[in-house]
Amino acid sequence: MKKLKVLIVDDSSVMRKIVERALRQAGLELTEVLEASNGAEALAEVQKGGLDMILSDINMPVMDGLEFLKSLAGVEAAKGVPVIMITTEGSEARVVEALSAGAKGYLRKPFTPEQVKERVTPLLGGAQ
Amino acid sequence: MSSFSKTASPAAVAFDPSWKTILECAAVEVFEMMAGVRPELNSASTGEPTGETTAMVGMAGALCGMTTLRCAKATAGRFAALMLGEAAASDPSSSGDALGELCNMVAGNFKSKISNLADHCMLSVPTVITGQDYSMETSEPTQGILVPLLFEGQPLWVSLIIHT
Repeated sequence: MKKLKVLIVDDSSVMRKIVERALRQAGLELTEVLEASNGAEALAEVQKGGLDMILSDINMPVMDGLEFLKSLAGVEAAKGVPVIMITTEGSEARVVEALSAGAKGYLRKPFTPEQVKERVTPLLGGAQ
Repeated sequence: MSSFSKTASPAAVAFDPSWKTILECAAVEVFEMMAGVRPELNSASTGEPTGETTAMVGMAGALCGMTTLRCAKATAGRFAALMLGEAAASDPSSSGDALGELCNMVAGNFKSKISNLADHCMLSVPTVITGQDYSMETSEPTQGILVPLLFEGQPLWVSLIIHT
């Protein structure tokens, strides 16, 4: 089983910890967890390369999740890295926009570790 | 939050007192999923909300107002411990942030259950107030719903305050 390097993007440090905890409770082996508090910080982390997965909130200051997602299209290091968007809003329009922009899935808060597992593991291919 | 301006003149959704049941359901779901404990309705509660920690999330668009959660400091610490681990309970910052995130999720879960709100009502980032001696006033008339809950036997209030 491959250990994963993931990037969690959320303006709330508590939410970043909750997402990391849920990933571990879902049984994923994380070798490294990088954090960013907005899309601009996240973009800088992505450009360093080596990520297996990105989980990003949509509503954030500076650069929101949808803008971040669209920016990834031009980043070589982001190719093949699945992105899962996390939202509280319950807005179908924003979910559709995220999926159209390249997100591989989404999680709606609140979520359980089981729901995280259901959404995340199919995207990891042979990595898990 | 950066998204208030993205909703173009949505039709206002009228306040409905029957939302109390929906707000209760939304809150119970959030606490059960995120903290692993199902709160109960505190049917014995008759007084005003008390407690040193209040989280608020603003709502704008088809519905304007705010959602609040209020509880004792120790209860907020308990939420943080359940969501993040025991060490978080003694960190005031984590306790407040945890309550803020719960409030955000309650507001989001509530609006996702109301037709026309999910796509037409935006939420602010949470604000957390510490202290008991305060009152909230708005420049617009409001209507409200208050849901008293018990979480592991401790009181917790969820409110929805809507500008009318």
